[in-house]
Amino acid sequence: MSPELTAVLAVIVPFLGSIGIGLLDQYPNPRETVTLILAATLFLLVLSLIPAVTAGHHPGLRLVEVMPGVSLALEVEPLGLLFALIASGLWIVTSVYSIGYMRGNHESHQTRYYICFAIALSATMGVAFAANMFTLFVFYEVLTLSTYPLVAHKGTDEAKQGARVYLVLLISTSIGFLLLAMLWTWQAAGTLDFVKGGILRDRVDPGLLPLLLALYLFGIGKAALMPFHRWLPSAMVAPTPVSALLHAVAVVKAGVFTVVKVTIYIFGIELLQDTNASTFMMWIAAFTLLAASLIAMTKDNLKARLAYSTVSQLAYITLGAMLVNTTAMIGAAMHIATHAFGKITLFFCAGAIYVATHKTQISEMNGLGRVMPFTYGAMLVGTLSIIGLPPFGGLWSKWYLAIGTLEASQWIMLSVLLISSLLNIAYLLPIPIYGFFGKTSGQPMATSIKEAPLPMVFALMFTAAGCVVLFLFPGMLYGLTALLF
Amino acid sequence: MISTQLPALQVVIPLLAGPTCLLLHHSRLSWGLATSASWVALFISLALLDQVLATGPISYELGGWAAPWGIEYRIDEINAFVLLIISGISAITISFARASIEHEVHNKQVYLVYTGWMLCLSGLLGIAITGDVFNVFVFLEISSLSSYLLISLSRDRRALTAAFRYLVMGTIGATFILIGIALLYMMTGTLNMSDLAARIPSVSDTRTVKIAFAFLTAGIGLKAAMFPMHFWLPNAYAYAPSAISALFAGTATKVAIYLLLRFFFTIFGVEFSFETMKLDRILLPLALAGIFVASTVAIFQTDIKRMLGYSSIAQIGYMVLGVSLVSVTGVTAAILHLFNHALMKTALFVALGCVFFRVGSVTRGDLAGIGYAMPWTMGAFVLGGLSLVGIPLTVGFISKWYLIVAALEQQMWWLAGLVLISSLLALVYVWRVIEIAYFGTPGDRSTEIKEAPATLLIPTWILITANIYFGVDTSLTVGVAERAAQALLGNVS
Repeated sequence: MSPELTAVLAVIVPFLGSIGIGLLDQYPNPRETVTLILAATLFLLVLSLIPAVTAGHHPGLRLVEVMPGVSLALEVEPLGLLFALIASGLWIVTSVYSIGYMRGNHESHQTRYYICFAIALSATMGVAFAANMFTLFVFYEVLTLSTYPLVAHKGTDEAKQGARVYLVLLISTSIGFLLLAMLWTWQAAGTLDFVKGGILRDRVDPGLLPLLLALYLFGIGKAALMPFHRWLPSAMVAPTPVSALLHAVAVVKAGVFTVVKVTIYIFGIELLQDTNASTFMMWIAAFTLLAASLIAMTKDNLKARLAYSTVSQLAYITLGAMLVNTTAMIGAAMHIATHAFGKITLFFCAGAIYVATHKTQISEMNGLGRVMPFTYGAMLVGTLSIIGLPPFGGLWSKWYLAIGTLEASQWIMLSVLLISSLLNIAYLLPIPIYGFFGKTSGQPMATSIKEAPLPMVFALMFTAAGCVVLFLFPGMLYGLTALLF
Repeated sequence: MISTQLPALQVVIPLLAGPTCLLLHHSRLSWGLATSASWVALFISLALLDQVLATGPISYELGGWAAPWGIEYRIDEINAFVLLIISGISAITISFARASIEHEVHNKQVYLVYTGWMLCLSGLLGIAITGDVFNVFVFLEISSLSSYLLISLSRDRRALTAAFRYLVMGTIGATFILIGIALLYMMTGTLNMSDLAARIPSVSDTRTVKIAFAFLTAGIGLKAAMFPMHFWLPNAYAYAPSAISALFAGTATKVAIYLLLRFFFTIFGVEFSFETMKLDRILLPLALAGIFVASTVAIFQTDIKRMLGYSSIAQIGYMVLGVSLVSVTGVTAAILHLFNHALMKTALFVALGCVFFRVGSVTRGDLAGIGYAMPWTMGAFVLGGLSLVGIPLTVGFISKWYLIVAALEQQMWWLAGLVLISSLLALVYVWRVIEIAYFGTPGDRSTEIKEAPATLLIPTWILITANIYFGVDTSLTVGVAERAAQALLGNVS
């Protein structure tokens, strides 16, 4: 099978599969089997693209020209492949986890849940393999729309309210800013294709470049730059597997992935270096990075704290892109992967705790680690990886990011990264520590509490192991990202 | 040769089908006749468009009397396109209408619906096809009078007041148009459009011509429900039978916008309309006000048909906005949106017709949870709604794209921003429906509600498919709209 066809299949297979899920509405076991088969198929499809890309090819396909210079087209390049690998690989794990979570919690409307999940993955693949900004935008919007029902899943007033904020912020930033930026680009350059080195040199007045960049970056609401980050905490009303795969990996990473794509392929690194157009957005990213960490410290709800931590970690990636040098860019790309494994582990743990104990507040979780040792062990691993300590994958991306700040001679940015790491320790590490060593307040711990259902524990152990593997074998990650330049 | 008579047949077939429906006096038979006539009209307009695109404008002398004495039918890119929109929307909605009309109109009056429908269709097609301004007025009256009938046939008695209001406002509009035409005739001695276009420049500095221009602008604006002359529209759409609302949403105001283009660009000419009279300076603010006010009002409607009515007023604002930019891209955007909006709004009204068929109401509260009871209907509504918002891969996105490009061409950044912001208002009102349909708590009756029958769903989904198809393959729509815009703006680059 040719790689071009594989890329197209990667986008449409989950979508077609969602129809199969819908048809099996009344039969939960075959329905979940379909989800697992889809996830596995998708991962294999994406895996099979690796040889072509590492050989230096960019297999691509132009599907249809919608307007002059604007077409629906796919192209597989290293960064997109990396993103697709992470999203599709973790979908398998999350599907296993979902089955435990949704059944353990007796959630309603499970068919709708799995359908939307599959469509969201389809859109994620579209984002990853988009050959131009228009295609990316199409799938970006599909991703927003398909995840809305997942956020509103519970149907309570709180869930509907959260989902409204989610939808309105994401759609309004994308239509208000991103579409405008695209139209401006199209007007100036006559194309929206992703081209190495960018398409804007000599097409846009250098004085206006910072404005265009700001339109792009704020328009990519999924990257959660302040002040357009509120949708992410709002999305936490969703069932935890959604928070884990979509709001720690697929959706948010689609955001920062787009940021990196725009930086490399629309503006071009050299153009941004020559014009210093990215300085302003770099400061915005640095501000988001620190402010979100500070807000995270004030949150007692575990998922809310993780959400703000995500906002902060996404800003690392945006910051890395805005430093506009290859080392920082590699760091940013690697952070997409390493943070994905760390954060999905933490969300899996949060969900496991919820299913086992129905607790959501961190202050109520003292001592839980002693009855849920596997969950808390995994949580410790995820925490340390996000902080960036060895022997976990998070070290590498932060390492390259830090070197990137040095290459750019941005001493302040280096100190921002270091301060933030300290803040990470302050707001994340206490959770597992109190879990293991904290005294249970009030009445003694109910003896009935035990580990969450087996599929969930398996999933979170697996992703925690992933954090270690990424530390031991960063070569593949580095190899793919280095192909970008 | 029959093919040379197509322009006359385009109007005559529905015109004859109308009285025949009356004579048949039978619900099903008259529906069958009207539906066949409607589809024949569609094929004729397709043939005409094909002919125009291949060989240029067609001139047809009615009864063999040479213009300017006889009545000339003149078809170029723009009205061939408008004919296609009207007959296409009519053909699809009338196929949908049978079950819906039988459900919403008193049994003994069903044949009257199809009589009115055919007359209305021939009137609308006549307005679009004719090259004679007095003929425009005649067809305008035919379509208006039959519209009043169609609205008032609804079982809902509020439709009577809505129809009466429409009658009053419509008559004022038609009278204004007639006064305008009469003044022009007085000054130029001709009623033929191309003759008028040739003779007006020599008398264009007279007050009479300027007054004629003003009367025509106001009269056509009223017919198009251009803000702030829109008050007749929401109730007329809300209380008319569902299929009739769908027909009007896709055709009636579109024809008025066509007249606007025809009078301003072809007859008065760009120079007179936009340089002497500076019409764009009125149209632009009115269009923007219409977009924002009507969209905001739409958000607060509980009757969804009325909500879509307000949304139509806002969408007309987008077309007027495109016209007011007086550039090829701007007029292209307006013509594109004429087509695209007909598709999306008709699709939405037809989907609501399915809802009404089963639920008996289209009030927001009564729709709670029906996303599961009627998955195909609400699926269609969601896709139509997304098209209205302008999500990519739908026709709404294409319209918006061209409109914004037109604004950016003239360095009007603020305008581009406003258009984008306004589409978020559409998101809000569309989403309020979607949220209640899928996440609302179903009422007691919800278990009785079933999916609509296939006779209703198939036309609905044909329209939805068209919404997506023309959102991806824009070669026909953009191609025709661009050629039409270039023809209209002929003398300016």
